[in-house]
Amino acid sequence: MVMILGKPLPLLFGQLLLGLINGSFYAMLSMGLAIIFGLLRIINFAHGAMFMVGAFVTWALFTYLHIDYWGALICAPVIVGLFGVALERTVIRRIYKLDILYGLLLTFGLAQILQGLATNYFGVSGVSYEAPHGLGGVVNLGFMYLPIYRGFVVFAALVICGATWALIECTRLGALLRAATENPALVQAFGVNVPRLLALTFGGGVALAALAGVLAAPLYSVNPGMGSDLIDTVFAVVVIGGMGSIGGAILTGFALGIIEGFTDVFYPPGSAVVVFVVMAIVLLARPAGLFGKTA
Amino acid sequence: MTLSRRSVLGTALGAGALSVLPRAGARAAGKTLTIGVCSDFSGVYSDIGGKTSVACVHQAIEDWGAAAKGYDIKVIQGDHQNKPDVGAGLARQWFDNGVDMLIDVPNSAVGLAIASVAAQKNKTYINSNSATSLLTGPKCNASTIHWTYDTYMLSHSTGGAMVAQGGKSWFFITANYAFGQLLRDQTSAVVKAAGGTVVGDVAYPFPQTTDFSSFLLQAQSSGAQVLGLANAGKDTVNSIKQAHQFGITQSGMKIAGLLIYINDVHGMGLDIAQGLVLTESFYWNLNDRTRAFTKRVLPKTPSNYPSMAQAGCYSGTLHFLKAVDAIGVDTASNGAAVVTQMKKMPTDDDAFGKCWIREDGRFMCPSFLFRVKKPGESSTPWDYYDLLHMTPADQTFAPMAGEGCPLVKS
Repeated sequence: MVMILGKPLPLLFGQLLLGLINGSFYAMLSMGLAIIFGLLRIINFAHGAMFMVGAFVTWALFTYLHIDYWGALICAPVIVGLFGVALERTVIRRIYKLDILYGLLLTFGLAQILQGLATNYFGVSGVSYEAPHGLGGVVNLGFMYLPIYRGFVVFAALVICGATWALIECTRLGALLRAATENPALVQAFGVNVPRLLALTFGGGVALAALAGVLAAPLYSVNPGMGSDLIDTVFAVVVIGGMGSIGGAILTGFALGIIEGFTDVFYPPGSAVVVFVVMAIVLLARPAGLFGKTA
Repeated sequence: MTLSRRSVLGTALGAGALSVLPRAGARAAGKTLTIGVCSDFSGVYSDIGGKTSVACVHQAIEDWGAAAKGYDIKVIQGDHQNKPDVGAGLARQWFDNGVDMLIDVPNSAVGLAIASVAAQKNKTYINSNSATSLLTGPKCNASTIHWTYDTYMLSHSTGGAMVAQGGKSWFFITANYAFGQLLRDQTSAVVKAAGGTVVGDVAYPFPQTTDFSSFLLQAQSSGAQVLGLANAGKDTVNSIKQAHQFGITQSGMKIAGLLIYINDVHGMGLDIAQGLVLTESFYWNLNDRTRAFTKRVLPKTPSNYPSMAQAGCYSGTLHFLKAVDAIGVDTASNGAAVVTQMKKMPTDDDAFGKCWIREDGRFMCPSFLFRVKKPGESSTPWDYYDLLHMTPADQTFAPMAGEGCPLVKS
C-alpha cells in the first residue's frame, strides 16, 4: 500500500473528501454571515441558531405535516427566512445606527433564547431525521465507503454557493444590494426601497443558514446545540476569508474543511484548534483576511 | 427562642444573599434536611442527569415517607455546566449554607473536583453519575460514596464480553478528558489481558466534536475487529449513527459502546442501536421491583425514563435518609458520620434490590450485560433490552486492595 507520511493513501483520499463535506457547511454558513455583515454591518451571532432552527423545522415539517425532505428543502428556508425578515423589521432594524457591538450582543441574545427554547422543548439529545429515500445508500469508492447523501451535500453546497455568489456579483438585484450598503441615501434617491432591501438581505442570509440546517438534519442528530457547536469555526472562516467577502468565505470554508480533515489524521486532539491557529497566522500576515479589502 | 434567632442570624450573615436555610434553629424545631442535586441541566449530559435525577430524589423522599416521619426535606438543584470550577464552587457554596448532602454529578472531571470539596467540608457526597473509578481509588475519602457504576465495571463487562465473542483487535475513539482516557486505558488492559491487541486510538477534543467521520475512517482503515467507543451521551449517539452511514458495521467491524444509557438508545432509535451490547446496573424493565419504581417516578418525568445513574439518585437518597434517621438528624451535617452509618447498613430498594457499600465508598451492586432489541421485538415504549448475563456485585467492581484507596487498611 502506498504511504504518505506514514498514513495509507486511501485514508488520505477519504479525509480529503470528508474535509470537503465539512467544508460545505462552513462555506454555506460563512457565506450567509458574510452577506449579512457585508450589506448590513451586523455580526450575526444568531446564525448558528438559525441553522439549528432550519434543522428542527425540517423535522417538524415531516413529523407534523408529512412534508418530506425535498419539500423541506424549499419550505424550511422560506419559513426561517420569513422569520428572519420579521426579526429584522422588529428588532434588528433599530440598531443599524448604533455601534457594531450592539448588533453582536443583540444577536447573541437571540441565539441564546432560540437555543434555550429548543433545549427546553426537545431536550439536549434532540431528535433524529433519516436521509431521504434514494440517497440513503453507500457507494464503495475503492478507498472508502461514501454515503451517497454526503456526496449529495457537497454537490448541493457547491450549487448553492455558486448561485448565491452569482446573484450578488452578477445581477441587477445584487448590484442594488451592494450599492445600498455603500451609499443608502443615494440609492434611495433613485427610488429604491432601501429598508425593504435590507430586510430581504437579512431574510436571505438567514434562509441560507436554514438551508444548511436542512442539509445537516440527516447527517447529525438534530439537537439544540448543533448551531453553537459550529458557529465559532464559521466565524473564524469569515475572518480568515475577509469580513464581508462572499467569494472569500466560500473558498475559505472548503479549504478549512480540508485542513481540519487532515489534522484529524495526523494530530486528532488538534482538530478543534487548527482553524484558530490558521486564523491567527492569517491575521498577523493580512489583517483584513485573505480576500478582504484593507480599509 | 433567643438561641434560635441568633443562629438564624449567624447563618444569614455567613451565607450572604445566598442563604439556603436557617439551619440549627429550624432543625431543633422540626427535622429539617437539605439535599442538593448538582447536575448538567442544559448540556450533553442533561438527559442522563438533570431533571430526571431531581425527580428520582423527590421520589425517594416520598417513598421513604419523610412527611409521615416528621421530616421537612428541601431539594435544591444547580447546573455545573460541565466545568469542574463551576461545580466545585457550587458545592462549596451549598455546603457552607446548610446543604447536608450533594448528589448526582455527571462528568468525571466535575465529579472528582466536588469529591475534594466534600472531603474538606466533611459533607455527604453521593456521586451517582460520574464514571471514573478514581473516586473509590486514590481519590476516595470518608464522606464520599460512588453509586451506580464505574469505568472498571464498564470496561470489564462490555469489553470482556466483546473479547469473549472473538473481538481480539481493537481501535478506540476516545473523548479526550479524564473519563474517556481512563475508560480506554482500563478497557485496553482487559483486551490485552485476554490476549487481544489495540491497533490504534484517536483522542478527539471534548466537548466540541460533532463529526466523527474522520475518526471512523481511520478506525476502518486500521482493520481492527472491534471499534471501542470510550465516550458518552450525545457523542456516543453521533459516533454510532455515523458509523452506520460509513458502512463500518456492514464491513464486519463490531461496535463496543463502553458507556451507553437507555436514553442514548432512545435517541438513536432501535433501527441504528439494534444489536449493540452494553452494560447497566439498572434497567426499568428488569424485574417487578424496577417496574414498580419506574411506574411511580414516571409521572414526574414523563418523556424521559430513568437511566441507571438517575435510578442511583433514588437509591442513594433513600439510603442516606435511612442512615440519617438511624444516627439522628443532628448528626446529618457530619459527612463522615453519615457515610460510616450508610456503610454499616445494607441497602435495599426497588431500583437495585439488596446491595451494600464497601469500606472505600463503592456501592456494590450487580451489573447486567444487555443486547439492544431489534425494532420488531420491542413491544412497549422504551422496551429496548434483552438480558444476556448478570455479573454479581463482588465481581462487577475492582477488588478493593488493588485500587489504592487510602481509607482501606492493608
